[in-house]
Amino acid sequence: MPYSVVGIGTSWGGLAAMRKLLSDLPADFSLPVVVVQHRGKDSDQLLTELLQDATDLTVCEVEDKDPLMPGRVHVAPANYHILIEAGHLSLTIEEPVRFSRPSIDVMLSSAADTYGKGAIGVVLTGANEDGARGLADIVKLGGRALVQDPRTAEIPIMPDAAVKAVPSAEVLPLEALAPRLVALSHEREKAGARRAV
Amino acid sequence: MAVPVAAVPSTGAEPDRQSFKPDLERIEIELLLEGIFRHYGFDFRAYAYASIRRRLWKRIEEEGLSSVSALQERVLHDPEMMEKLLLDLSINVTSMFRDPGFYQTFREHVVPLLRTYPFIRLWHAGCSTGEEVYSMAILLREEGLYDRSRIYATDINEVVLQRAKAGIFPLERMQEYTDNYMRAGGKRSFSEYYTAKYGGALFDQSLTKNVVFSQHNLVTDRSFSEFNVILCRNVLIYFDKTLQSKVHGLFYDSLAMFGVLGLGSKETLRFMAHEECYQQIAPPEKIFRKVR
Repeated sequence: MPYSVVGIGTSWGGLAAMRKLLSDLPADFSLPVVVVQHRGKDSDQLLTELLQDATDLTVCEVEDKDPLMPGRVHVAPANYHILIEAGHLSLTIEEPVRFSRPSIDVMLSSAADTYGKGAIGVVLTGANEDGARGLADIVKLGGRALVQDPRTAEIPIMPDAAVKAVPSAEVLPLEALAPRLVALSHEREKAGARRAV
Repeated sequence: MAVPVAAVPSTGAEPDRQSFKPDLERIEIELLLEGIFRHYGFDFRAYAYASIRRRLWKRIEEEGLSSVSALQERVLHDPEMMEKLLLDLSINVTSMFRDPGFYQTFREHVVPLLRTYPFIRLWHAGCSTGEEVYSMAILLREEGLYDRSRIYATDINEVVLQRAKAGIFPLERMQEYTDNYMRAGGKRSFSEYYTAKYGGALFDQSLTKNVVFSQHNLVTDRSFSEFNVILCRNVLIYFDKTLQSKVHGLFYDSLAMFGVLGLGSKETLRFMAHEECYQQIAPPEKIFRKVR
Protein backbone atom coordinates (compact mmCIF):
# COMPACT_ATOMS: atom_id res chain seq x y z
CA MET A 1 0.00 0.00 0.00
CA PRO A 2 1.65 3.26 -1.07
CA TYR A 3 1.62 6.16 1.37
CA SER A 4 1.89 9.79 0.34
CA VAL A 5 1.69 11.94 3.45
CA VAL A 6 1.88 11.80 7.25
CA GLY A 7 -0.30 14.19 9.29
CA ILE A 8 0.55 14.57 12.98
CA GLY A 9 -1.59 16.37 15.54
CA THR A 10 -0.82 17.26 19.11
CA SER A 11 -1.61 19.74 21.82
CA TRP A 12 -0.64 19.87 25.50
CA GLY A 13 2.70 18.16 25.97
CA GLY A 14 3.16 18.10 22.23
CA LEU A 15 6.47 19.89 22.01
CA ALA A 16 8.43 17.21 23.85
CA ALA A 17 6.54 14.43 22.10
CA MET A 18 7.05 15.95 18.65
CA ARG A 19 10.75 16.51 19.30
CA LYS A 20 11.15 12.89 20.37
CA LEU A 21 9.25 11.57 17.36
CA LEU A 22 11.09 13.75 14.85
CA SER A 23 14.49 12.97 16.37
CA ASP A 24 13.74 9.28 15.81
CA LEU A 25 13.04 9.75 12.10
CA PRO A 26 16.03 9.15 9.83
CA ALA A 27 17.38 11.95 7.63
CA ASP A 28 16.26 10.04 4.54
CA PHE A 29 12.64 9.66 5.66
CA SER A 30 10.76 9.78 2.39
CA LEU A 31 7.28 11.09 3.19
CA PRO A 32 6.16 14.68 3.71
CA VAL A 33 5.13 15.29 7.33
CA VAL A 34 2.48 17.88 8.20
CA VAL A 35 2.33 18.96 11.85
CA VAL A 36 -0.50 20.72 13.64
CA GLN A 37 0.45 21.70 17.15
CA HIS A 38 -2.02 23.81 19.12
CA ARG A 39 -0.50 27.08 20.27
CA GLY A 40 -1.29 30.71 21.01
CA LYS A 41 -2.53 32.76 18.07
CA ASP A 42 0.38 35.18 18.26
CA SER A 43 3.14 32.66 18.71
CA ASP A 44 6.07 33.03 16.36
CA GLN A 45 8.68 30.84 14.71
CA LEU A 46 9.94 29.49 18.03
CA LEU A 47 8.08 26.20 17.64
CA THR A 48 9.64 25.62 14.24
CA GLU A 49 13.09 26.37 15.64
CA LEU A 50 12.66 24.03 18.58
CA LEU A 51 11.52 21.24 16.29
CA GLN A 52 14.37 21.91 13.88
CA ASP A 53 16.87 21.56 16.74
CA ALA A 54 15.62 18.04 17.33
CA THR A 55 15.85 16.59 13.82
CA ASP A 56 17.96 16.19 10.70
CA LEU A 57 14.86 16.66 8.55
CA THR A 58 14.14 20.17 7.30
CA VAL A 59 11.41 21.87 9.35
CA CYS A 60 9.47 24.79 7.84
CA GLU A 61 6.55 26.90 8.95
CA VAL A 62 4.02 26.68 6.13
CA GLU A 63 3.24 29.51 3.75
CA ASP A 64 0.22 29.34 1.47
CA LYS A 65 0.56 26.87 -1.45
CA ASP A 66 3.91 25.49 -0.28
CA PRO A 67 4.62 22.26 -2.19
CA LEU A 68 4.61 19.06 -0.12
CA MET A 69 8.18 17.80 -0.07
CA PRO A 70 9.47 14.32 0.74
CA GLY A 71 11.13 14.23 4.14
CA ARG A 72 10.12 17.78 4.95
CA VAL A 73 8.33 18.69 8.17
CA HIS A 74 5.65 21.28 7.35
CA VAL A 75 4.46 23.06 10.52
CA ALA A 76 1.07 24.79 10.55
CA PRO A 77 1.43 28.50 11.38
CA ALA A 78 -0.38 29.95 14.38
CA ASN A 79 -3.94 31.15 13.76
CA TYR A 80 -4.44 29.48 10.34
CA HIS A 81 -6.06 26.19 9.41
CA ILE A 82 -3.99 24.05 7.10
CA LEU A 83 -5.44 21.97 4.27
CA ILE A 84 -3.59 19.20 2.48
CA GLU A 85 -4.21 19.42 -1.27
CA ALA A 86 -2.79 17.32 -4.10
CA GLY A 87 0.93 18.05 -3.88
CA HIS A 88 0.69 21.25 -1.87
CA LEU A 89 -0.71 22.95 1.23
CA SER A 90 -3.33 25.70 1.49
CA LEU A 91 -4.05 27.94 4.45
CA THR A 92 -7.41 29.34 5.54
CA ILE A 93 -8.61 31.63 8.32
CA GLU A 94 -12.06 30.09 8.60
CA GLU A 95 -13.54 30.01 12.11
CA PRO A 96 -11.80 27.90 14.74
CA VAL A 97 -13.11 24.33 14.80
CA ARG A 98 -13.86 23.17 18.34
CA PHE A 99 -11.95 26.19 19.65
CA SER A 100 -8.84 25.39 17.62
CA ARG A 101 -7.12 27.14 14.73
CA PRO A 102 -5.14 25.37 13.42
CA SER A 103 -7.42 22.40 13.86
CA ILE A 104 -6.04 18.87 13.76
CA ASP A 105 -9.40 17.55 12.52
CA VAL A 106 -9.36 19.92 9.55
CA MET A 107 -5.82 18.92 8.58
CA LEU A 108 -6.36 15.17 8.94
CA SER A 109 -9.72 15.23 7.13
CA SER A 110 -8.16 17.07 4.21
CA ALA A 111 -5.39 14.45 4.09
CA ALA A 112 -8.08 11.77 3.87
CA ASP A 113 -10.07 13.61 1.20
CA THR A 114 -7.02 14.25 -0.93
CA TYR A 115 -4.92 11.13 -0.50
CA GLY A 116 -7.45 8.49 0.60
CA LYS A 117 -5.59 5.34 1.60
CA GLY A 118 -2.30 7.12 0.96
CA ALA A 119 -2.78 9.13 4.16
CA ILE A 120 -1.30 8.31 7.56
CA GLY A 121 -2.69 10.15 10.58
CA VAL A 122 -0.96 10.32 13.96
CA VAL A 123 -2.45 11.69 17.19
CA LEU A 124 -0.21 12.43 20.17
CA THR A 125 -0.60 13.85 23.66
CA GLY A 126 -3.16 16.59 24.31
CA ALA A 127 -5.80 17.90 26.67
CA ASN A 128 -8.76 18.09 24.28
CA GLU A 129 -10.42 15.86 21.70
CA ASP A 130 -9.22 17.50 18.50
CA GLY A 131 -7.92 14.98 15.98
CA ALA A 132 -10.37 12.15 16.71
CA ARG A 133 -12.76 13.02 13.88
CA GLY A 134 -10.02 13.66 11.38
CA LEU A 135 -8.39 10.35 12.24
CA ALA A 136 -11.75 8.62 11.77
CA ASP A 137 -12.03 10.21 8.32
CA ILE A 138 -8.61 8.88 7.40
CA VAL A 139 -9.54 5.34 8.37
CA LYS A 140 -12.95 5.61 6.69
CA LEU A 141 -11.23 6.41 3.41
CA GLY A 142 -8.73 3.58 3.72
CA GLY A 143 -5.75 5.37 5.29
CA ARG A 144 -3.72 4.40 8.34
CA ALA A 145 -4.16 5.62 11.94
CA LEU A 146 -1.48 5.66 14.63
CA VAL A 147 -2.07 6.89 18.18
CA GLN A 148 0.38 7.49 20.97
CA ASP A 149 -0.37 5.02 23.78
CA PRO A 150 -2.32 7.20 26.24
CA ARG A 151 -0.32 5.66 29.08
CA THR A 152 2.86 7.17 27.63
CA ALA A 153 1.25 10.54 26.89
CA GLU A 154 1.84 13.59 29.06
CA ILE A 155 -1.93 14.22 28.85
CA PRO A 156 -3.96 11.19 27.72
CA ILE A 157 -7.23 12.95 26.78
CA MET A 158 -6.46 13.46 23.11
CA PRO A 159 -5.07 9.99 22.35
CA ASP A 160 -7.89 8.45 24.44
CA ALA A 161 -10.48 10.26 22.31
CA ALA A 162 -8.70 9.17 19.14
CA VAL A 163 -8.66 5.51 20.17
CA LYS A 164 -12.31 5.70 21.11
CA ALA A 165 -13.22 7.20 17.72
CA VAL A 166 -10.92 4.84 15.82
CA PRO A 167 -10.83 1.45 17.57
CA SER A 168 -8.75 0.01 14.71
CA ALA A 169 -5.94 2.54 15.23
CA GLU A 170 -2.50 1.16 16.08
CA VAL A 171 -1.72 2.24 19.62
CA LEU A 172 2.02 2.54 20.20
CA PRO A 173 4.32 4.01 22.84
CA LEU A 174 5.96 7.26 21.78
CA GLU A 175 9.32 5.67 21.00
CA ALA A 176 7.71 3.10 18.66
CA LEU A 177 5.93 5.64 16.45
CA ALA A 178 8.87 6.77 14.33
CA PRO A 179 10.06 3.20 13.56
CA ARG A 180 6.50 2.35 12.57
CA LEU A 181 6.33 5.37 10.23
CA VAL A 182 9.63 4.34 8.67
CA ALA A 183 8.31 0.81 8.10
CA LEU A 184 5.14 2.20 6.52
CA SER A 185 7.15 4.49 4.26
CA HIS A 186 9.10 1.45 3.04
CA GLU A 187 5.86 -0.32 2.23
CA ARG A 188 5.23 2.59 -0.04
CA GLU A 189 8.57 2.13 -1.77
CA LYS A 190 8.00 -1.59 -2.26
CA ALA A 191 4.63 -0.87 -3.77
CA GLY A 192 6.21 1.77 -5.97
CA ALA A 193 8.85 -0.71 -7.11
CA ARG A 194 6.17 -3.25 -7.96
CA ARG A 195 4.33 -0.72 -10.03
CA ALA A 196 7.46 0.12 -11.94
CA VAL A 197 7.93 -3.52 -13.04
CA MET B 1 16.73 15.80 -3.61
CA ALA B 2 14.29 18.51 -2.65
CA VAL B 3 11.65 17.87 -5.25
CA PRO B 4 8.01 18.75 -4.77
CA VAL B 5 6.04 15.59 -4.11
CA ALA B 6 3.66 16.03 -7.00
CA ALA B 7 6.59 16.28 -9.40
CA VAL B 8 7.76 12.73 -8.63
CA PRO B 9 5.53 10.43 -10.64
CA SER B 10 6.36 7.13 -8.97
CA THR B 11 6.00 8.16 -5.33
CA GLY B 12 2.27 7.65 -5.20
CA ALA B 13 1.81 11.36 -4.54
CA GLU B 14 -1.29 11.54 -6.66
CA PRO B 15 -4.40 11.06 -4.55
CA ASP B 16 -5.36 7.42 -4.38
CA ARG B 17 -8.73 7.19 -5.98
CA GLN B 18 -9.74 3.62 -5.33
CA SER B 19 -11.23 3.57 -1.85
CA PHE B 20 -13.60 6.52 -2.38
CA LYS B 21 -14.94 8.51 -5.28
CA PRO B 22 -13.22 11.86 -5.32
CA ASP B 23 -13.31 11.82 -9.11
CA LEU B 24 -17.07 11.70 -9.15
CA GLU B 25 -17.33 14.32 -6.44
CA ARG B 26 -14.91 16.53 -8.31
CA ILE B 27 -17.14 16.31 -11.38
CA GLU B 28 -20.13 17.29 -9.25
CA ILE B 29 -18.27 20.23 -7.73
CA GLU B 30 -17.01 21.43 -11.09
CA LEU B 31 -20.53 21.22 -12.53
CA LEU B 32 -21.95 23.16 -9.60
CA LEU B 33 -19.33 25.90 -9.86
CA GLU B 34 -19.79 26.09 -13.64
CA GLY B 35 -23.56 26.39 -13.13
CA ILE B 36 -23.13 29.15 -10.54
CA PHE B 37 -20.81 31.03 -12.88
CA ARG B 38 -23.10 30.78 -15.88
CA HIS B 39 -26.31 31.50 -14.04
CA TYR B 40 -25.22 34.02 -11.39
CA GLY B 41 -21.87 35.27 -12.71
CA PHE B 42 -19.89 34.42 -9.54
CA ASP B 43 -16.73 32.61 -10.54
CA PHE B 44 -15.47 30.14 -7.94
CA ARG B 45 -14.04 27.74 -10.51
CA ALA B 46 -10.42 28.45 -9.66
CA TYR B 47 -10.74 28.48 -5.88
CA ALA B 48 -8.48 26.22 -3.83
CA TYR B 49 -10.21 22.87 -4.02
CA ALA B 50 -9.93 21.44 -0.50
CA SER B 51 -11.22 24.61 1.02
CA ILE B 52 -14.17 25.09 -1.32
CA ARG B 53 -15.10 21.43 -0.97
CA ARG B 54 -15.13 21.79 2.79
CA ARG B 55 -17.40 24.83 2.67
CA LEU B 56 -19.78 23.28 0.16
CA TRP B 57 -20.19 20.30 2.46
CA LYS B 58 -20.92 22.58 5.39
CA ARG B 59 -23.87 24.01 3.43
CA ILE B 60 -24.95 20.55 2.17
CA GLU B 61 -25.10 19.26 5.73
CA GLU B 62 -26.87 22.32 7.07
CA GLU B 63 -29.57 21.94 4.43
CA GLY B 64 -29.99 18.25 5.26
CA LEU B 65 -28.88 17.24 1.77
CA SER B 66 -26.59 14.35 0.91
CA SER B 67 -24.68 15.24 -2.23
CA VAL B 68 -23.17 18.12 -4.17
CA SER B 69 -25.62 17.41 -6.99
CA ALA B 70 -28.54 17.88 -4.60
CA LEU B 71 -27.11 21.27 -3.61
CA GLN B 72 -26.74 22.17 -7.28
CA GLU B 73 -30.43 21.55 -7.86
CA ARG B 74 -31.32 23.88 -4.99
CA VAL B 75 -28.83 26.61 -5.78
CA LEU B 76 -29.68 26.94 -9.45
CA HIS B 77 -33.41 27.23 -8.82
CA ASP B 78 -33.37 29.34 -5.67
CA PRO B 79 -31.53 32.68 -5.58
CA GLU B 80 -31.88 32.78 -1.80
CA MET B 81 -29.88 29.58 -1.54
CA MET B 82 -27.26 31.20 -3.74
CA GLU B 83 -27.05 34.12 -1.33
CA LYS B 84 -26.52 31.77 1.58
CA LEU B 85 -23.86 29.90 -0.34
CA LEU B 86 -22.17 33.13 -1.32
CA LEU B 87 -21.73 33.95 2.36
CA ASP B 88 -20.37 30.44 2.97
CA LEU B 89 -17.93 30.65 0.11
CA SER B 90 -16.53 34.06 0.86
CA ILE B 91 -14.72 33.71 4.16
CA ASN B 92 -15.64 36.68 6.27
CA VAL B 93 -13.40 36.09 9.24
CA THR B 94 -11.44 39.22 10.01
CA SER B 95 -10.44 41.47 12.87
CA MET B 96 -9.19 44.97 13.55
CA PHE B 97 -5.42 45.37 13.38
CA ARG B 98 -5.09 41.66 12.58
CA ASP B 99 -1.36 40.83 12.84
CA PRO B 100 -0.32 44.02 14.69
CA GLY B 101 3.22 43.66 13.36
CA PHE B 102 1.93 44.40 9.88
CA TYR B 103 0.50 47.76 10.95
CA GLN B 104 3.54 48.58 13.04
CA THR B 105 5.75 47.97 10.01
CA PHE B 106 3.37 49.91 7.78
CA ARG B 107 3.70 52.90 10.11
CA GLU B 108 7.46 52.71 10.21
CA HIS B 109 8.28 51.92 6.61
CA VAL B 110 5.35 52.86 4.38
CA VAL B 111 4.02 56.02 6.01
CA PRO B 112 7.28 57.92 5.33
CA LEU B 113 6.93 57.03 1.64
CA LEU B 114 3.32 58.14 1.60
CA ARG B 115 4.19 61.48 3.17
CA THR B 116 5.92 62.42 -0.08
CA TYR B 117 2.65 62.16 -2.03
CA PRO B 118 0.17 65.04 -2.29
CA PHE B 119 -2.69 62.58 -2.62
CA ILE B 120 -2.83 58.91 -1.66
CA ARG B 121 -5.06 56.30 -3.23
CA LEU B 122 -5.47 53.00 -1.43
CA TRP B 123 -7.33 49.92 -2.57
CA HIS B 124 -8.45 47.44 0.04
CA ALA B 125 -9.31 44.38 -2.05
CA GLY B 126 -11.54 41.81 -0.38
CA CYS B 127 -12.34 44.04 2.59
CA SER B 128 -15.09 41.77 3.96
CA THR B 129 -16.94 43.43 6.88
CA GLY B 130 -14.45 46.29 6.98
CA GLU B 131 -12.48 45.79 10.20
CA GLU B 132 -9.18 46.27 8.42
CA VAL B 133 -10.47 49.30 6.50
CA TYR B 134 -11.28 51.06 9.77
CA SER B 135 -7.89 49.99 11.12
CA MET B 136 -6.11 51.58 8.19
CA ALA B 137 -8.27 54.72 8.41
CA ILE B 138 -7.31 55.09 12.07
CA LEU B 139 -3.63 54.60 11.27
CA LEU B 140 -3.72 57.18 8.47
CA ARG B 141 -5.53 59.68 10.66
CA GLU B 142 -3.00 59.30 13.48
CA GLU B 143 -0.19 59.82 10.99
CA GLY B 144 -1.86 62.98 9.65
CA LEU B 145 -2.41 61.47 6.21
CA TYR B 146 -6.10 60.69 6.25
CA ASP B 147 -7.34 63.97 4.79
CA ARG B 148 -5.34 63.46 1.64
CA SER B 149 -6.18 59.79 1.32
CA ARG B 150 -8.96 57.97 -0.42
CA ILE B 151 -9.59 54.31 0.37
CA TYR B 152 -11.44 52.16 -2.16
CA ALA B 153 -12.77 49.21 -0.18
CA THR B 154 -14.12 46.41 -2.33
CA ASP B 155 -15.57 42.97 -1.85
CA ILE B 156 -17.40 40.45 -4.00
CA ASN B 157 -20.23 40.35 -1.48
CA GLU B 158 -22.79 43.17 -1.15
CA VAL B 159 -24.04 41.89 2.23
CA VAL B 160 -20.66 42.27 3.93
CA LEU B 161 -20.12 45.67 2.30
CA GLN B 162 -23.33 46.91 3.91
CA ARG B 163 -22.01 45.78 7.27
CA ALA B 164 -18.67 47.45 6.55
CA LYS B 165 -20.45 50.72 5.79
CA ALA B 166 -22.45 50.53 9.03
CA GLY B 167 -19.23 50.29 11.04
CA ILE B 168 -20.74 48.43 13.97
CA PHE B 169 -18.56 45.69 15.35
CA PRO B 170 -19.12 43.27 18.25
CA LEU B 171 -18.48 44.90 21.63
CA GLU B 172 -17.09 41.65 23.00
CA ARG B 173 -14.14 41.88 20.63
CA MET B 174 -13.07 45.37 21.70
CA GLN B 175 -10.67 44.05 24.32
CA GLU B 176 -8.84 41.99 21.69
CA TYR B 177 -8.87 44.90 19.23
CA THR B 178 -7.60 47.33 21.84
CA ASP B 179 -4.72 44.97 22.53
CA ASN B 180 -4.01 44.65 18.78
CA TYR B 181 -4.24 48.42 18.34
CA MET B 182 -1.68 49.09 21.04
CA ARG B 183 0.72 46.50 19.66
CA ALA B 184 0.23 48.01 16.19
CA GLY B 185 1.71 51.26 17.47
CA GLY B 186 -1.58 53.03 18.22
CA LYS B 187 -1.08 56.57 19.50
CA ARG B 188 -4.28 57.26 21.38
CA SER B 189 -6.84 55.45 23.46
CA PHE B 190 -8.67 52.96 21.22
CA SER B 191 -11.98 53.66 22.94
CA GLU B 192 -11.94 57.19 21.49
CA TYR B 193 -12.85 55.68 18.14
CA TYR B 194 -16.14 54.06 19.07
CA THR B 195 -19.24 54.39 21.20
CA ALA B 196 -21.37 51.58 22.52
CA LYS B 197 -24.56 51.78 20.50
CA TYR B 198 -27.06 49.54 18.68
CA GLY B 199 -25.81 46.58 20.71
CA GLY B 200 -22.30 46.95 19.36
CA ALA B 201 -19.34 49.28 19.03
CA LEU B 202 -20.29 52.01 16.57
CA PHE B 203 -17.15 53.45 14.99
CA ASP B 204 -16.59 57.15 14.42
CA GLN B 205 -18.33 57.82 11.10
CA SER B 206 -15.76 60.42 10.11
CA LEU B 207 -13.38 57.49 9.62
CA THR B 208 -15.29 56.56 6.46
CA LYS B 209 -15.49 60.12 5.10
CA ASN B 210 -12.83 59.25 2.52
CA VAL B 211 -13.77 55.63 2.03
CA VAL B 212 -15.65 54.39 -1.03
CA PHE B 213 -17.23 50.97 -0.52
CA SER B 214 -18.10 49.14 -3.69
CA GLN B 215 -18.64 45.70 -5.12
CA HIS B 216 -15.73 44.34 -7.13
CA ASN B 217 -14.94 40.80 -8.14
CA LEU B 218 -11.22 40.05 -8.23
CA VAL B 219 -11.81 37.06 -10.47
CA THR B 220 -13.87 38.63 -13.21
CA ASP B 221 -13.56 42.42 -12.92
CA ARG B 222 -10.78 44.60 -14.25
CA SER B 223 -8.61 47.24 -12.72
CA PHE B 224 -10.54 50.45 -12.08
CA SER B 225 -7.83 52.94 -11.20
CA GLU B 226 -4.19 53.42 -10.28
CA PHE B 227 -3.21 53.13 -6.64
CA ASN B 228 -0.32 53.94 -4.32
CA VAL B 229 -1.22 51.15 -1.92
CA ILE B 230 -3.05 47.86 -2.43
CA LEU B 231 -3.97 45.77 0.59
CA CYS B 232 -5.22 42.25 0.03
CA ARG B 233 -4.61 40.15 3.10
CA ASN B 234 -5.73 36.54 3.44
CA VAL B 235 -7.95 36.72 0.38
CA LEU B 236 -5.78 35.08 -2.26
CA ILE B 237 -5.19 32.04 -0.04
CA TYR B 238 -8.63 30.83 -1.18
CA PHE B 239 -7.55 30.83 -4.83
CA ASP B 240 -5.53 28.24 -6.69
CA LYS B 241 -2.09 29.24 -7.94
CA THR B 242 -3.21 30.04 -11.46
CA LEU B 243 -5.86 32.42 -10.23
CA GLN B 244 -3.47 33.91 -7.67
CA SER B 245 -1.09 34.68 -10.49
CA LYS B 246 -3.83 36.28 -12.55
CA VAL B 247 -4.93 38.50 -9.64
CA HIS B 248 -1.31 39.49 -9.02
CA GLY B 249 -1.29 40.63 -12.63
CA LEU B 250 -4.32 42.79 -11.87
CA PHE B 251 -2.61 44.26 -8.79
CA TYR B 252 0.57 44.93 -10.71
CA ASP B 253 -1.36 46.77 -13.41
CA SER B 254 -3.25 48.76 -10.76
CA LEU B 255 -0.21 49.87 -8.76
CA ALA B 256 1.70 53.05 -9.53
CA MET B 257 5.48 52.65 -9.80
CA PHE B 258 6.91 52.39 -6.24
CA GLY B 259 3.42 51.59 -5.01
CA VAL B 260 3.04 49.24 -2.05
CA LEU B 261 1.37 45.82 -1.94
CA GLY B 262 0.40 44.38 1.47
CA LEU B 263 -0.35 40.65 1.78
CA GLY B 264 -1.26 38.33 4.65
CA SER B 265 1.52 37.12 6.90
CA LYS B 266 1.66 33.62 5.36
CA GLU B 267 1.22 34.71 1.76
CA THR B 268 4.04 34.99 -0.71
CA LEU B 269 4.92 36.17 -4.20
CA ARG B 270 7.11 33.12 -4.74
CA PHE B 271 6.53 31.42 -8.08
CA MET B 272 4.34 34.31 -9.24
CA ALA B 273 5.10 35.86 -12.64
CA HIS B 274 5.49 39.28 -10.98
CA GLU B 275 7.77 38.18 -8.14
CA GLU B 276 10.75 39.95 -9.69
CA CYS B 277 8.85 43.23 -9.96
CA TYR B 278 8.68 43.73 -6.19
CA GLN B 279 11.02 44.28 -3.27
CA GLN B 280 10.01 43.18 0.21
CA ILE B 281 10.31 46.32 2.33
CA ALA B 282 10.79 44.95 5.84
CA PRO B 283 10.81 41.17 6.21
CA PRO B 284 9.18 39.17 7.66
CA GLU B 285 6.11 41.39 7.11
CA LYS B 286 4.63 40.81 3.69
CA ILE B 287 4.84 44.39 2.46
CA PHE B 288 6.23 44.76 -1.04
CA ARG B 289 7.17 47.73 -3.19
CA LYS B 290 6.75 47.72 -6.94
CA VAL B 291 10.19 48.51 -8.34
CA ARG B 292 9.88 47.63 -12.01
